[in-house]
Amino acid sequence: MKASHVSVPAWVTIGVVPVVNIAMALFLSGLIILLIGENPIDAVQLIFIGAFGYDEAIGYTLYYTTNFIFTGLAVAIAFHAMLFNIGGEGQAYIGGLGIGLAILAFDHTLPFWLMLPIMLSAGALFGAAWAFIPAWAQAYRGSHIVITTIMFNFIASALMVYLLVNVLVEPGNMSPETREFLPSGHLPFMHEVFAWFGIAITKSPLNISIFWALICCVLLWFYIWRTRWGYALRTVGHSERAAVYAGIRPQRVIVITMCISGALAGFVGINELAGVQHRLLLNFTAGYGFTGIAVSLMGRNHPLGIVLASLLFGILYQGGAELAFEMPKISREMVVTIQGLVILFSGALAYMSEPWVARAYTFVALGLTQQRAGEA
Amino acid sequence: MAESYTFVLLTLDAALRVATPLVLCAMAGLLSERSGIIDISLEGKLLAGAFVAGTVAAVTGSAWLALLTAMVATALLSLLHGFACITHRGNQVVSGLAINIMVSGLTVVLGIAWFARGGQTPSLQAAARFMPIEFPLAETLRAVPVLGPIYTEVLSGHNLLVYVALAAVPFVYWVVYKTRFGLRLRAVGENPQAVDTAGISVTGLRYRGVLMCGLLCGIAGAYLSIAQNASFVREMSAGQGYIALAAMIFGKWRPLPALGACLMFGLLDAIAIRLQGVEIEGFGEVPVQLIQALPYIMTVVLLAGFIGKAVAPKAIGIPYVKER
Amino acid sequence: MIASASQVSGSIAQGDPPPAIELRGIDKRFGEVHANRNVDLRVAAGTIHGIVGENGAGKSTLMSILYGFYEADAGEIRINGRPLQIRSANDALQAGIGMVHQHFMLVDTFSVLENVMLGAESGAVLSRSKTLARRELERLEQDYGLRVDPDAVVEELPVGEQQRAEILKSLYRGAEILILDEPTGVLTPQESDQLFEILRSLKERGVTILLITHKLREIMDLTDFVSVMRQGEIVAHRRTSETDQKELAELMVGRSIEQHDVNRSHTPGEAVLAVKNVSMRDAKGVTRVDDVSFEVRAGEIVGIAGVAGNGQTELLELLSGIRPLDSGSFHANGRQVTPQNPCSPKDMRRLHVNHVPEDRHRLGLVMPFLASESSILGYQDRGRINKGLALDYPLIIKDCAEMMRVFDVRPVDPMLRSSNFSGGNQQKIVLAREMDKEPTLLLVGQPTRGVDVGAIEFIHGQLLSMRDRGCAILLVSVELDEILALSDRILVMFEGRIVGDVAGAGADKKQLGLLMANASPDAAESEAVS
Repeated sequence: MKASHVSVPAWVTIGVVPVVNIAMALFLSGLIILLIGENPIDAVQLIFIGAFGYDEAIGYTLYYTTNFIFTGLAVAIAFHAMLFNIGGEGQAYIGGLGIGLAILAFDHTLPFWLMLPIMLSAGALFGAAWAFIPAWAQAYRGSHIVITTIMFNFIASALMVYLLVNVLVEPGNMSPETREFLPSGHLPFMHEVFAWFGIAITKSPLNISIFWALICCVLLWFYIWRTRWGYALRTVGHSERAAVYAGIRPQRVIVITMCISGALAGFVGINELAGVQHRLLLNFTAGYGFTGIAVSLMGRNHPLGIVLASLLFGILYQGGAELAFEMPKISREMVVTIQGLVILFSGALAYMSEPWVARAYTFVALGLTQQRAGEA
Repeated sequence: MAESYTFVLLTLDAALRVATPLVLCAMAGLLSERSGIIDISLEGKLLAGAFVAGTVAAVTGSAWLALLTAMVATALLSLLHGFACITHRGNQVVSGLAINIMVSGLTVVLGIAWFARGGQTPSLQAAARFMPIEFPLAETLRAVPVLGPIYTEVLSGHNLLVYVALAAVPFVYWVVYKTRFGLRLRAVGENPQAVDTAGISVTGLRYRGVLMCGLLCGIAGAYLSIAQNASFVREMSAGQGYIALAAMIFGKWRPLPALGACLMFGLLDAIAIRLQGVEIEGFGEVPVQLIQALPYIMTVVLLAGFIGKAVAPKAIGIPYVKER
Repeated sequence: MIASASQVSGSIAQGDPPPAIELRGIDKRFGEVHANRNVDLRVAAGTIHGIVGENGAGKSTLMSILYGFYEADAGEIRINGRPLQIRSANDALQAGIGMVHQHFMLVDTFSVLENVMLGAESGAVLSRSKTLARRELERLEQDYGLRVDPDAVVEELPVGEQQRAEILKSLYRGAEILILDEPTGVLTPQESDQLFEILRSLKERGVTILLITHKLREIMDLTDFVSVMRQGEIVAHRRTSETDQKELAELMVGRSIEQHDVNRSHTPGEAVLAVKNVSMRDAKGVTRVDDVSFEVRAGEIVGIAGVAGNGQTELLELLSGIRPLDSGSFHANGRQVTPQNPCSPKDMRRLHVNHVPEDRHRLGLVMPFLASESSILGYQDRGRINKGLALDYPLIIKDCAEMMRVFDVRPVDPMLRSSNFSGGNQQKIVLAREMDKEPTLLLVGQPTRGVDVGAIEFIHGQLLSMRDRGCAILLVSVELDEILALSDRILVMFEGRIVGDVAGAGADKKQLGLLMANASPDAAESEAVS
């Protein structure tokens, strides 16, 4: 009997293959830990204890998760239009600049409830602006968005150094940081929110921006799958010619999509600056923009998958820090390595395991039918 | 006058040092991209090469062995890229990015695990490094007006790998434009179907392209950790792989213009360092960051078609599927 | 072995050289499609042998087998009497077979010299190869009169010279058998004449030439022998001097000229579409639609017949607003469209001009979309299906299910992916979407390509009832039978121009075949008179 007689159902390719891919990435990560001379199973245990073992840890885990949701969504919406936005890092950085400037400008005069929409708009606007130029260049000038967004990450970085060192730095401060924001520019921490209701939890950086991240998930899902603009976006992503036939202007869709993507990345600043740091400083994006690519690939560009993948990376980041503390031979950068492996296996080698899984499925399915035939 | 002349020469000298890894990586990227495979993993390979060279030199004390292992390591990374992009037709950008991120993490993880110095490798003795080579009569000829200082300050006194980088340019030029392999490599990046119908293996050519790319990146990495510096430091590639990519694009995927772009970018960097904190009359302090960002800004402007047009190889980024 | 060979090649006298190419019993299937059925072909050395046939007759598949792109399921290939396995282009080149593809296999940024050398260099370093190649090119130029500047960059050359470079590439590799696939499709008449000169001189030098074309005039002008293919089979071999265009056209389209007792429309109304002197060039500057004028009136079907690639696709895309026109104008439902006053696909839909595109895979449907999503493609902005910010999916799904029932789409499942429907059902989804809006003008391209017989009948019925309800329909098809079955009036397109305009009732298939193949005017006229 030939293998081709069994057709592989969709749940295998959609459900099993991604899991196999991530398993391969994690397996290799385990091998690296073995190579270092530590026990991978102990390491996994430590990571989970570090991420969930006590309520402060959970706070940290969710605080990281918030950043990854923003950058993951940013990458995902661009992917739906077949655009590869590597510029999340720079867009987050410049978005943060917008947020910082807005707070510095108004925190003396405005109350928090007015500051909040201003902060959000400033972050979105600055992030979108930083994505607009590469998008425009791709849509109307034919330059490659991948290269342009990479370049824009570096330009953002240079710009921020210049501004913080020469312009925005607080006089008398030795490190390139702005003055601290006034309380009207602070987002409430989660432990504060819980305290309002009389529940005491340990202090952690987790703040209410996680709610905004979850709202963004819902909004993005609605936009992509429920509105005519999302319909246009997906059409452009699948077939530009079909889009033209349907009266959609692909150039416009590219620019709009990238601006939304940049705006989402810009919200990292809400969590990091208004939520935790309470000042504008260098390198607060810390590679979250790149992690967003792993998150999006792993979450299959769907908000629900992105939340789950963000949580996984939140666990890895927080648990990884604990792990580095408990096992000094393993450093925090192990998480970055795992991230690279995830991108490799669920991105670049996404189709490698498909025939294997299909063969395995066929083998099992055939075995079952033959067994049944034997019993009959 | 003499002082400013020396200043210019020292800047050029510094530019050459900065440009060396850029030149090697740009030539590497050129070989890969001319075959139709986008390589944004120059950065990761540069870093990996630096780490492996620094590690092997520290352990064995042999600069040559370090160079060799660095080249092997980066070649393996290139083959991984090829495996994903050529064999499995994966997304070339995703694959390159994966390599960059993986290497960025792994070099630190292994560095800390093996040497416990916060990601740095032990400092190297002179014997384990490529040391500056003084040209014959360098000191004697310094006295010769105008040309003498050029010979002594700019040309002489670099380590071997600087000269290797400079030699790599004519070599790559020769390979790409003057050999059978080069002809086929350029063809496969433009029209793989034409190559296939001419009875040549598209896969084989592309693998050879990325392999050569990997080897050159290894030399560049070794330069960073065992020639220019005396140890590996975490994230020591610091975006130079991306600048090399920009230089290659700026040079329109051609060796000599790419060399020019590398030298220009190197010069910008050298000037930026020298101008730090310097007031220029009527202008004020030059923002160093602007000069550092110039390579990226210029590349964006070039790609948008405002200064000439950078036309990439036509088949770049597209996996080859034999037409059915 | 020798005995059996001579037995089969019975007609060739003893002592004659074996045929340059001999195909025996070649058979090839692509899934359901039987592309080549038991094909036998014998091409004598040093002759020009033509193969004619309609679109999809299996000519290109046969040549691809000969050139090693596909492997035949059954059958044997003999080159100069020797049986050969041709599994790759390399094997074909080894056997002395060169191919000039319809889309040239040239590296645009290379010089002619570099293109010619590619894959046939004489050493690892180029300089020696270049000298040798240059010398060889000079020799080829002298021998065959094939003049191309070896240092010219291919993309800067006119198409005719690019083709010469492609021929040179084969000759440089020592090809003694040259296959040309629709070589004049991209050439101007002058360039075609030059090509024929070259081919004749190649023949004089002993090169065997296999010419694939659908243009009968070329066959008559150039070939010594001709084989006719129809539906995957070779239906006739002729010595060119012993046949004529009439006979070949008849053989190509099949003898069975059934009576089409279609209820023709007798009362067409006002002109809904009036096209005046419309021309259009493609990105490369080649004129695809050339000074076309015609009208379509309410309640009539105007069919455009022609071999694929003669400008019909472009004409439809132009009228539906996808492509801009370069000159001329057209009037659709009261809107004047000119190069200065262009219209978008959206505008055209608003004018009740709907378009069923030829390419349902890339234009008509978005394959990964659910059927319900594909069922609003082009109409996603309509107020009816938008409720506030959101698309009204329950309504869309209901509408889609309704359309599927009316158009007999199986399965009636709006939540199934578009790619999971069979070709016929996919086409019905597109037709349903466009017809459901009750357009006043419907542009239809290839409505039944890749569609099973049952669905064809259904689709034809829908188009006719649409017409009877007063819709003006412009139908493009390369299937002559389809044109004949549906059209009230038939236009024939050839190389972007309209070369024939006949009434649908009583239209003669042979005559249309001659027009489509651009047979000499006399042949077509005499046919029209008779």
